[in-house]
Amino acid sequence: MSHHIVEVKDLHYTYPDGTAALGGVGFRITHGESVALIGANGAGKSTLLLHLNGCLIPEAGTVRMGDFPLTKKTLPHVRQTVGMVFQDPDDQLFMPTVYDDVAFGPLNLGLPPDEIEDRVMEALATVGAAHLRNRPPYRLSGGEKRAVAIASVLSMGPSILIMDEPSSNLDPKARRQLIHLLKSFEHTMIIATHDLDMVLDVCGRTMILKGGHIAADGPTEEILQNEPLLHACSLEKPLRLQGCPVCNPVRA
Amino acid sequence: MPKIESSFLDISRLDALASQRTLIHGLDPRAKIVTTLIFIFIVVSFPKHEVTALVPFTLYPVVLIALANLPPGYLFQKVLLAAPFAFFVGIFNPLLDSEVLIHLGPVGISGGWVSFASIMLRFGLTVGAALVLVATTGMNGIGAGLEKLGAPNSFAVQLTFLYRYLFVLTDEAARMVRARSLRSFGIKGTEVKVFGYMIGHLLLRTMDRAQRIHQAMLCRGFTGELRLPVPLKFSWRDMGFLAGWSSLFILMRLVNIPQWMGLLVTEVLG
Amino acid sequence: MHMADALISPAVGGLMWAATAGLTVYSARKVKEELDDRKVPLMGVLGAFIFAAQMINFTIPATGSSGHLGGGMILAILLGPYAAFLTMASILTVQALFFADGGLLALGCNIFNLGFFPCFVAYPFIFRNIVGAGANARRILTGSMISAILALQMGALGVVLETFFSGISELPFSTFLLVMQPIHLAIGIVEGMATAAVVTFVWKARPEVMELAAAPEPLTRVSLKPVLVGLLAVAFITAGVLSWFASASPDGLEWSMARTSGKEELEAPEHGLHALLAAAQKATAFLPDYGFKEQEQDKVVPREPAAKVQEVESWPSVNGGTSVSGIVGAMLTLAMAGLIGFGLRRYQQRA
Repeated sequence: MSHHIVEVKDLHYTYPDGTAALGGVGFRITHGESVALIGANGAGKSTLLLHLNGCLIPEAGTVRMGDFPLTKKTLPHVRQTVGMVFQDPDDQLFMPTVYDDVAFGPLNLGLPPDEIEDRVMEALATVGAAHLRNRPPYRLSGGEKRAVAIASVLSMGPSILIMDEPSSNLDPKARRQLIHLLKSFEHTMIIATHDLDMVLDVCGRTMILKGGHIAADGPTEEILQNEPLLHACSLEKPLRLQGCPVCNPVRA
Repeated sequence: MPKIESSFLDISRLDALASQRTLIHGLDPRAKIVTTLIFIFIVVSFPKHEVTALVPFTLYPVVLIALANLPPGYLFQKVLLAAPFAFFVGIFNPLLDSEVLIHLGPVGISGGWVSFASIMLRFGLTVGAALVLVATTGMNGIGAGLEKLGAPNSFAVQLTFLYRYLFVLTDEAARMVRARSLRSFGIKGTEVKVFGYMIGHLLLRTMDRAQRIHQAMLCRGFTGELRLPVPLKFSWRDMGFLAGWSSLFILMRLVNIPQWMGLLVTEVLG
Repeated sequence: MHMADALISPAVGGLMWAATAGLTVYSARKVKEELDDRKVPLMGVLGAFIFAAQMINFTIPATGSSGHLGGGMILAILLGPYAAFLTMASILTVQALFFADGGLLALGCNIFNLGFFPCFVAYPFIFRNIVGAGANARRILTGSMISAILALQMGALGVVLETFFSGISELPFSTFLLVMQPIHLAIGIVEGMATAAVVTFVWKARPEVMELAAAPEPLTRVSLKPVLVGLLAVAFITAGVLSWFASASPDGLEWSMARTSGKEELEAPEHGLHALLAAAQKATAFLPDYGFKEQEQDKVVPREPAAKVQEVESWPSVNGGTSVSGIVGAMLTLAMAGLIGFGLRRYQQRA
């Protein structure tokens, strides 16, 4: 199943205004892995994600998604393989109704109408949003919007899912539902996030990005326990791994 | 500010009204759009001193309001809010045209007042019909209908996008205004320069958002043409709606019903 | 200022609709030719932005009042004329539908007044000539001011002409012109300031944004075609409406009947719509003083003193004898319409 592989080699990117965002990033993610991409604000997480679905074309280095190296020519294939869930669902849900939005991708793939209907309903059922199908996106709650945004990507049948801050702006219950949902996926997943507790639940592997470089890459339990490393990267241990503040007050 | 925020709430309210399910809401948007246009065209085709013959046309908005379960008081209020321009231009008519046109016993009414009344009646009818159209069809229905009626795809898409992001952006602007007023400590008004910064920031953020939306579209296989997938079916019922109302409008244009009824009554009483 | 349905005649409204529809189709084709699919979401979101931006006001120096961003000019500067025209058209459509600004028949006039002039006249011929390739703060200010003012002056002139040719308002052409132009000079200055402030900010923060509009079409190739189409439409309207006025001002329906049947009603009373009308009239002839019949009588034998012959001709169907019954009838009709509505509502709620 080589088409679930993500391989990035020596990736560089500099913004038009001269800011260097990525300075030689490289990693390899294999089938079915669920990887967290963490790092301080401005560490280059979003820029990296934009390379993985071809919104940005590598300046130097290569990106390989499944069977295809990412170039202008392979873009349509890559985009079908990779489902990207954006940070702000309002950017992703641009169609008049939930149904239209989830159908947008399949429609562009040129699928027959029956197939589109099936895919849409299946994707909506997966995220538990089938009852929202006729609602306009601006009449959804934050959690519903997130669920529909994920469905709008699932309907394309991607084998790799990329998510930018999926748990941001969710209330605790919606966040918990999201975690259950993510855990149920068998896709290869890359999740950029600041929610380290969610990382503990969902991702087996964690990469830390710092100043456009990979600062660490390894099993989540190890990395999130490594306090000096986290501190150096402007991060902190997940709350769950910090002692209880009531029974075990932290020494100042 | 409060005024604009409330007019934004109006959009939500009209939008909520449009998402009801009644007989009228279920009609094809094209039937309603075309009927509304015919209605408006016929209403404005009356000569400028016509008042009585316009009255029967209230039947159309009234029937639709009733069948579509719309709040008449609210719509009336919206019509009044939009009145100023027609009112200020129309109010000159009584000043400029003082020829007495109607004698009601000892009281003479000038042509100017008659035509002013006609203007206000036309205004109420045309604006009312447009509001009823939105409240029974919704912006997305109207966009899809316009496209099927031959409007360019990019215009219909543009309408849909505008409407979708109206909700997001007015929210953003409202937050900005609030943030500014919280730190302006009672100083009223905004300098042009500060205004430029605020709008400029909002604009740049908006353009960034457009870029992200574009990326999100590309990620899902967007190739430049956006299909609006609202399926429309023009059935016999839609045909009946369009044909029925249109012929009634034409009849009401040709026959001055109130005049006719009034004569009947006054003759009987006399 | 938005033209209102209540003030326009079907002829003016219809012709301006045709002109605007033509320009919309033309602009849509042009935007498609540019093949810049970034503009698809950008136009829509900027349209929403114009609404949102109008929530933010600024204080006009030396006065107590406040102003806000207009729309047409800034869109043209950011998007180029074609995409800006489409965006302006959609903004005005939403305004007409949701805020009852203007109305649907007047929509053609409004898109023309507020979209055509800034996008196809002020932007290509004034703003770009002043700002040109070497933009700097002073040029942006001058360019925005002059183009915003002129665009609004032209728009205001449009409103005056459309109102005048519609003939519903009694305002004499010159008086209305003298009221509208100075008001819009003031509005134009305010809008110029607002436009300049925003454009300057954007130009300093992200100069490449303004190039987005400038890039696809070099200055010299800004096409004259939409301008010609627009002006031709106006000329057509002027000619058409003027000649209609000259012909003893028949009312709107007669005019449109003459147009659709291709015949003057008096020349061919036996055929077409007029025949139908005449039949309808005969059928209802037992009613004395019925409108259409009276109108024709009026033309032959004016009832009012001869001094006001012309006005009498354009005031059909209302006179002393019929007015009382007319008012009684109007009240009755209104009451009946209300009853029907009430009944239907009850029925609807039970169903």
